[in-house]
Amino acid sequence: MAKVIVVTSGKGGVGKTTSSASFATGLAMRGNKTVVIDFDVGLRNLDLIMGCERRVVYDFVNVLNNEASLKQALIKDKRCDNLYILPASQTRDKEALTQDGVERILNELKEDFDYIICDSPAGIEKGALMALYFADEALVVTNPEVSSVRDSDRILGILAAKSKRAIEGVEPIKEHLIITRYMPKRVEMGEMLSVDDVRELLSIPLLGVVPESESVLSASNAGVPVIHDEASRSGQAYSDLVSRFMGEELPMRFLNVEKTGLLKRIFGT
Amino acid sequence: MSLLDYLRRKKKPTASVAKERLQIILAREHAGRHEPDYLPALKQELLDVVSKYVKVDLADVKVNLDREGDCEILELNISLPEEERKLMANAD
Repeated sequence: MAKVIVVTSGKGGVGKTTSSASFATGLAMRGNKTVVIDFDVGLRNLDLIMGCERRVVYDFVNVLNNEASLKQALIKDKRCDNLYILPASQTRDKEALTQDGVERILNELKEDFDYIICDSPAGIEKGALMALYFADEALVVTNPEVSSVRDSDRILGILAAKSKRAIEGVEPIKEHLIITRYMPKRVEMGEMLSVDDVRELLSIPLLGVVPESESVLSASNAGVPVIHDEASRSGQAYSDLVSRFMGEELPMRFLNVEKTGLLKRIFGT
Repeated sequence: MSLLDYLRRKKKPTASVAKERLQIILAREHAGRHEPDYLPALKQELLDVVSKYVKVDLADVKVNLDREGDCEILELNISLPEEERKLMANAD
Protein backbone atom coordinates (compact mmCIF):
# COMPACT_ATOMS: atom_id res chain seq x y z
CA MET A 1 0.00 0.00 0.00
CA ALA A 2 1.37 3.37 -1.04
CA LYS A 3 2.33 5.77 1.71
CA VAL A 4 1.68 9.49 1.58
CA ILE A 5 4.37 11.51 3.37
CA VAL A 6 4.18 15.25 3.88
CA VAL A 7 7.34 17.32 4.33
CA THR A 8 6.29 20.31 6.39
CA SER A 9 7.57 22.95 8.82
CA GLY A 10 5.32 25.96 9.07
CA LYS A 11 8.22 28.36 8.72
CA GLY A 12 9.76 29.06 5.33
CA GLY A 13 13.38 28.63 4.38
CA VAL A 14 14.17 25.83 6.83
CA GLY A 15 14.85 23.20 4.16
CA LYS A 16 11.54 21.59 3.21
CA THR A 17 12.23 21.44 -0.51
CA THR A 18 15.86 20.43 -0.02
CA SER A 19 14.68 17.67 2.33
CA SER A 20 11.84 16.58 0.03
CA ALA A 21 14.21 16.31 -2.93
CA SER A 22 16.85 14.32 -1.05
CA PHE A 23 14.38 12.15 0.84
CA ALA A 24 12.48 11.22 -2.33
CA THR A 25 15.75 10.55 -4.15
CA GLY A 26 16.98 8.38 -1.27
CA LEU A 27 13.79 6.30 -1.26
CA ALA A 28 14.03 5.84 -5.03
CA MET A 29 17.71 4.87 -4.85
CA ARG A 30 16.69 2.12 -2.44
CA GLY A 31 14.36 0.69 -5.06
CA ASN A 32 11.06 2.27 -4.05
CA LYS A 33 8.91 3.73 -6.74
CA THR A 34 8.59 7.32 -5.55
CA VAL A 35 6.86 10.48 -6.69
CA VAL A 36 7.47 13.90 -5.19
CA ILE A 37 4.76 16.56 -5.55
CA ASP A 38 5.31 20.29 -5.23
CA PHE A 39 2.31 21.80 -3.39
CA ASP A 40 3.66 25.34 -3.52
CA VAL A 41 1.30 26.64 -6.20
CA GLY A 42 2.52 29.99 -7.50
CA LEU A 43 6.03 29.61 -6.07
CA ARG A 44 7.29 26.38 -7.54
CA ASN A 45 10.86 25.50 -6.72
CA LEU A 46 11.11 21.75 -6.40
CA ASP A 47 11.75 21.53 -10.16
CA LEU A 48 14.84 23.74 -9.73
CA ILE A 49 16.19 21.75 -6.78
CA MET A 50 15.63 18.51 -8.71
CA GLY A 51 17.18 20.02 -11.85
CA CYS A 52 14.19 19.40 -14.14
CA GLU A 53 12.90 22.97 -14.52
CA ARG A 54 13.32 22.97 -18.30
CA ARG A 55 11.33 19.81 -18.75
CA VAL A 56 8.14 21.07 -17.12
CA VAL A 57 5.28 21.00 -19.62
CA TYR A 58 2.19 20.30 -17.56
CA ASP A 59 1.76 20.72 -13.82
CA PHE A 60 -0.25 19.63 -10.80
CA VAL A 61 -3.07 22.13 -11.46
CA ASN A 62 -3.34 21.04 -15.11
CA VAL A 63 -3.95 17.51 -13.89
CA LEU A 64 -6.44 18.72 -11.25
CA ASN A 65 -8.39 20.56 -13.95
CA ASN A 66 -8.24 17.62 -16.36
CA GLU A 67 -6.20 19.65 -18.83
CA ALA A 68 -3.52 16.99 -18.86
CA SER A 69 -3.17 13.39 -17.71
CA LEU A 70 -0.93 12.40 -14.83
CA LYS A 71 1.25 10.55 -17.29
CA GLN A 72 1.78 13.74 -19.27
CA ALA A 73 2.59 15.84 -16.21
CA LEU A 74 4.95 13.48 -14.35
CA ILE A 75 8.60 14.16 -15.04
CA LYS A 76 10.96 11.23 -14.82
CA ASP A 77 14.13 12.00 -12.88
CA LYS A 78 17.33 11.97 -14.96
CA ARG A 79 19.40 10.22 -12.31
CA CYS A 80 17.01 7.79 -10.66
CA ASP A 81 14.90 5.20 -12.39
CA ASN A 82 12.19 5.00 -9.77
CA LEU A 83 11.72 8.70 -9.23
CA TYR A 84 9.11 11.06 -10.69
CA ILE A 85 8.36 14.72 -10.06
CA LEU A 86 4.98 16.43 -10.25
CA PRO A 87 5.67 20.17 -10.44
CA ALA A 88 3.42 22.88 -9.03
CA SER A 89 1.76 25.41 -11.22
CA GLN A 90 3.60 28.71 -11.41
CA THR A 91 0.72 30.80 -12.73
CA ARG A 92 -2.44 29.69 -10.96
CA ASP A 93 -3.43 30.57 -7.44
CA LYS A 94 -3.64 28.29 -4.42
CA GLU A 95 -7.41 28.02 -4.63
CA ALA A 96 -6.95 25.63 -7.54
CA LEU A 97 -6.07 22.94 -4.98
CA THR A 98 -9.39 21.38 -4.04
CA GLN A 99 -9.69 18.56 -1.56
CA ASP A 100 -11.53 16.30 -4.00
CA GLY A 101 -9.07 17.04 -6.78
CA VAL A 102 -6.02 16.34 -4.64
CA GLU A 103 -7.59 13.13 -3.36
CA ARG A 104 -8.33 11.94 -6.89
CA ILE A 105 -4.71 12.50 -7.99
CA LEU A 106 -3.27 10.87 -4.85
CA ASN A 107 -5.50 7.83 -5.36
CA GLU A 108 -4.38 7.54 -8.94
CA LEU A 109 -0.72 7.80 -7.89
CA LYS A 110 -1.21 5.22 -5.15
CA GLU A 111 -1.87 2.58 -7.81
CA ASP A 112 1.62 2.99 -9.26
CA PHE A 113 3.87 4.24 -6.50
CA ASP A 114 5.23 3.03 -3.16
CA TYR A 115 5.81 6.50 -1.74
CA ILE A 116 4.15 9.82 -2.47
CA ILE A 117 6.12 12.74 -1.02
CA CYS A 118 4.20 16.00 -0.63
CA ASP A 119 6.48 19.03 -0.46
CA SER A 120 4.44 21.55 1.52
CA PRO A 121 4.60 25.30 1.07
CA ALA A 122 5.41 27.44 4.12
CA GLY A 123 2.59 28.80 6.24
CA ILE A 124 -0.70 27.26 7.27
CA GLU A 125 -2.82 28.33 4.30
CA LYS A 126 -4.64 26.22 1.78
CA GLY A 127 -1.56 24.80 0.01
CA ALA A 128 0.01 23.68 3.28
CA LEU A 129 -3.27 22.24 4.55
CA MET A 130 -3.83 20.31 1.32
CA ALA A 131 -0.27 18.95 1.43
CA LEU A 132 -0.77 17.49 4.91
CA TYR A 133 -4.47 16.58 4.76
CA PHE A 134 -4.08 13.09 3.24
CA ALA A 135 -0.74 12.25 4.87
CA ASP A 136 0.02 8.93 6.55
CA GLU A 137 3.36 10.17 7.87
CA ALA A 138 4.95 13.59 8.30
CA LEU A 139 8.53 14.80 8.19
CA VAL A 140 8.69 17.96 10.29
CA VAL A 141 11.71 19.99 9.23
CA THR A 142 13.02 22.27 11.98
CA ASN A 143 16.00 24.57 12.44
CA PRO A 144 17.46 24.88 15.96
CA GLU A 145 16.06 28.39 16.28
CA VAL A 146 13.10 29.84 18.21
CA SER A 147 10.73 30.78 15.39
CA SER A 148 11.24 27.53 13.53
CA VAL A 149 10.63 25.44 16.67
CA ARG A 150 7.48 27.35 17.51
CA ASP A 151 6.13 27.03 13.96
CA SER A 152 6.90 23.32 13.90
CA ASP A 153 4.97 22.95 17.13
CA ARG A 154 2.05 24.76 15.53
CA ILE A 155 2.19 22.44 12.51
CA LEU A 156 2.18 19.43 14.85
CA GLY A 157 -1.01 20.83 16.36
CA ILE A 158 -2.55 21.13 12.89
CA LEU A 159 -1.51 17.58 11.95
CA ALA A 160 -3.23 16.38 15.10
CA ALA A 161 -6.42 18.36 14.50
CA LYS A 162 -6.99 19.11 10.83
CA SER A 163 -5.62 16.15 8.88
CA LYS A 164 -7.93 13.53 7.40
CA ARG A 165 -6.66 10.96 9.88
CA ALA A 166 -7.40 13.29 12.78
CA ILE A 167 -10.88 14.18 11.53
CA GLU A 168 -11.80 10.55 10.88
CA GLY A 169 -10.38 9.52 14.23
CA VAL A 170 -8.22 6.75 12.80
CA GLU A 171 -4.60 6.04 13.70
CA PRO A 172 -2.83 9.43 13.81
CA ILE A 173 -0.16 10.60 11.36
CA LYS A 174 3.25 9.19 12.22
CA GLU A 175 5.55 12.13 12.87
CA HIS A 176 9.30 12.33 12.32
CA LEU A 177 11.60 15.18 13.26
CA ILE A 178 14.36 16.34 10.93
CA ILE A 179 16.67 18.99 12.33
CA THR A 180 18.48 20.89 9.59
CA ARG A 181 21.20 23.58 9.48
CA TYR A 182 22.68 22.19 12.69
CA MET A 183 25.93 23.75 13.88
CA PRO A 184 27.64 21.60 16.54
CA LYS A 185 30.22 24.28 17.24
CA ARG A 186 27.63 26.88 18.18
CA VAL A 187 25.72 24.29 20.22
CA GLU A 188 28.89 23.52 22.14
CA MET A 189 29.31 27.22 22.90
CA GLY A 190 25.75 27.41 24.15
CA GLU A 191 24.67 29.68 21.33
CA MET A 192 22.34 27.28 19.58
CA LEU A 193 19.57 24.94 20.74
CA SER A 194 20.88 21.39 20.86
CA VAL A 195 19.30 18.32 19.28
CA ASP A 196 18.11 17.26 22.72
CA ASP A 197 16.57 20.69 23.37
CA VAL A 198 14.57 20.62 20.13
CA ARG A 199 13.56 17.03 20.69
CA GLU A 200 12.38 17.78 24.20
CA LEU A 201 10.44 20.86 23.08
CA LEU A 202 8.64 19.14 20.20
CA SER A 203 8.57 15.63 21.71
CA ILE A 204 8.40 13.64 18.50
CA PRO A 205 10.88 10.95 17.41
CA LEU A 206 14.03 12.19 15.70
CA LEU A 207 14.69 10.83 12.21
CA GLY A 208 17.88 12.71 11.46
CA VAL A 209 20.09 15.74 11.89
CA VAL A 210 21.49 17.51 8.85
CA PRO A 211 24.48 19.71 9.61
CA GLU A 212 24.84 23.17 8.12
CA SER A 213 26.96 22.62 5.07
CA GLU A 214 28.15 24.48 2.01
CA SER A 215 27.28 21.52 -0.15
CA VAL A 216 23.53 22.24 0.18
CA LEU A 217 23.92 25.53 -1.71
CA SER A 218 26.23 23.96 -4.28
CA ALA A 219 23.70 21.19 -4.80
CA SER A 220 20.82 23.59 -5.34
CA ASN A 221 22.99 25.71 -7.64
CA ALA A 222 23.55 22.64 -9.77
CA GLY A 223 20.03 21.21 -9.48
CA VAL A 224 21.24 17.93 -8.03
CA PRO A 225 19.67 16.80 -4.72
CA VAL A 226 22.39 16.95 -2.08
CA ILE A 227 21.97 13.26 -1.23
CA HIS A 228 23.84 12.53 -4.48
CA ASP A 229 26.88 14.32 -3.02
CA GLU A 230 28.08 11.29 -1.13
CA ALA A 231 31.23 13.00 0.07
CA SER A 232 29.34 15.78 1.82
CA ARG A 233 28.18 15.60 5.41
CA SER A 234 24.67 16.75 4.57
CA GLY A 235 24.44 14.20 1.75
CA GLN A 236 25.45 11.46 4.19
CA ALA A 237 23.03 12.76 6.80
CA TYR A 238 20.14 12.53 4.33
CA SER A 239 21.22 9.08 3.26
CA ASP A 240 21.29 8.00 6.92
CA LEU A 241 17.85 9.34 7.64
CA VAL A 242 16.35 7.59 4.63
CA SER A 243 17.89 4.32 5.85
CA ARG A 244 16.44 4.96 9.30
CA PHE A 245 13.06 5.62 7.74
CA MET A 246 13.33 2.24 5.98
CA GLY A 247 13.90 0.61 9.35
CA GLU A 248 17.67 0.42 9.64
CA GLU A 249 19.17 1.33 12.98
CA LEU A 250 21.94 3.85 12.50
CA PRO A 251 23.58 6.09 15.11
CA MET A 252 23.20 9.86 14.66
CA ARG A 253 26.23 11.45 13.06
CA PHE A 254 27.55 15.02 12.83
CA LEU A 255 26.29 15.98 16.28
CA ASN A 256 29.70 16.92 17.61
CA VAL A 257 32.41 19.31 16.55
CA GLU A 258 34.65 17.60 14.05
CA LYS A 259 38.26 17.38 15.10
CA THR A 260 40.16 18.45 12.05
CA GLY A 261 43.65 17.11 11.75
CA LEU A 262 46.49 19.08 10.24
CA LEU A 263 46.44 17.11 6.98
CA LYS A 264 42.72 17.62 6.60
CA ARG A 265 43.12 21.30 7.26
CA ILE A 266 45.69 21.55 4.50
CA PHE A 267 44.09 19.33 1.90
CA GLY A 268 40.42 19.73 2.82
CA THR A 269 37.88 16.94 2.65
CA MET B 1 34.28 50.20 28.15
CA SER B 2 37.81 49.56 29.30
CA LEU B 3 40.24 47.35 27.48
CA LEU B 4 39.98 44.83 30.27
CA ASP B 5 36.22 44.62 29.85
CA TYR B 6 36.67 44.16 26.15
CA LEU B 7 39.07 41.27 26.66
CA ARG B 8 36.83 39.67 29.25
CA ARG B 9 33.77 40.00 27.06
CA LYS B 10 32.42 36.65 26.05
CA LYS B 11 29.40 35.80 23.98
CA LYS B 12 26.55 34.96 26.32
CA PRO B 13 25.25 31.44 26.04
CA THR B 14 21.78 32.28 24.74
CA ALA B 15 20.58 28.78 23.88
CA SER B 16 19.28 28.21 27.40
CA VAL B 17 17.32 31.47 27.20
CA ALA B 18 15.82 30.31 23.90
CA LYS B 19 14.82 26.98 25.39
CA GLU B 20 13.21 28.54 28.42
CA ARG B 21 11.25 31.04 26.35
CA LEU B 22 10.07 28.29 24.04
CA GLN B 23 9.00 26.08 26.93
CA ILE B 24 6.81 28.85 28.29
CA ILE B 25 5.24 29.94 25.01
CA LEU B 26 4.63 26.38 23.78
CA ALA B 27 2.94 25.46 27.06
CA ARG B 28 0.70 28.48 26.74
CA GLU B 29 -0.12 27.73 23.11
CA HIS B 30 -0.91 24.12 23.91
CA ALA B 31 -3.37 25.23 26.55
CA GLY B 32 -5.20 27.29 23.96
CA ARG B 33 -5.12 24.53 21.38
CA HIS B 34 -8.34 22.88 22.51
CA GLU B 35 -10.29 26.09 22.76
CA PRO B 36 -13.03 26.23 20.17
CA ASP B 37 -12.57 28.85 17.44
CA TYR B 38 -15.62 30.82 18.51
CA LEU B 39 -14.32 31.62 21.99
CA PRO B 40 -12.69 34.99 21.20
CA ALA B 41 -15.81 36.14 19.30
CA LEU B 42 -18.04 34.99 22.12
CA LYS B 43 -15.92 36.94 24.55
CA GLN B 44 -16.16 40.09 22.47
CA GLU B 45 -19.94 39.85 22.06
CA LEU B 46 -20.43 39.23 25.76
CA LEU B 47 -18.33 42.26 26.45
CA ASP B 48 -20.47 44.34 24.07
CA VAL B 49 -23.63 43.31 25.86
CA VAL B 50 -22.24 43.85 29.34
CA SER B 51 -20.75 47.23 28.49
CA LYS B 52 -24.23 48.48 27.56
CA TYR B 53 -24.91 48.46 31.29
CA VAL B 54 -21.55 48.64 33.03
CA LYS B 55 -18.13 49.81 32.03
CA VAL B 56 -15.91 46.78 31.74
CA ASP B 57 -12.71 46.04 29.96
CA LEU B 58 -11.96 43.00 27.81
CA ALA B 59 -9.43 41.98 30.44
CA ASP B 60 -12.23 41.80 33.04
CA VAL B 61 -14.03 39.12 31.08
CA LYS B 62 -12.71 35.63 31.69
CA VAL B 63 -14.12 32.83 29.60
CA ASN B 64 -12.95 29.34 30.41
CA LEU B 65 -13.86 26.07 28.85
CA ASP B 66 -13.25 23.06 31.05
CA ARG B 67 -13.82 19.46 30.35
CA GLU B 68 -14.95 17.00 32.98
CA GLY B 69 -15.48 13.59 31.50
CA ASP B 70 -18.07 13.94 28.76
CA CYS B 71 -19.23 17.25 30.13
CA GLU B 72 -17.97 20.61 28.92
CA ILE B 73 -18.29 23.53 31.27
CA LEU B 74 -18.27 27.07 29.98
CA GLU B 75 -17.24 29.27 32.82
CA LEU B 76 -17.92 32.98 32.60
CA ASN B 77 -16.39 35.44 34.97
CA ILE B 78 -16.89 39.17 34.69
CA SER B 79 -15.38 41.31 37.39
CA LEU B 80 -17.32 44.52 37.77
CA PRO B 81 -15.43 47.69 38.62
CA GLU B 82 -15.68 48.89 42.23
CA GLU B 83 -17.81 52.00 41.51
CA GLU B 84 -20.30 50.15 39.40
CA ARG B 85 -20.83 47.69 42.15
CA LYS B 86 -21.56 50.50 44.62
CA LEU B 87 -23.96 52.12 42.19
CA MET B 88 -25.77 48.86 41.69
CA ALA B 89 -26.00 48.34 45.45
CA ASN B 90 -27.55 51.78 45.84
CA ALA B 91 -30.05 51.09 43.14
CA ASP B 92 -31.35 48.06 45.03
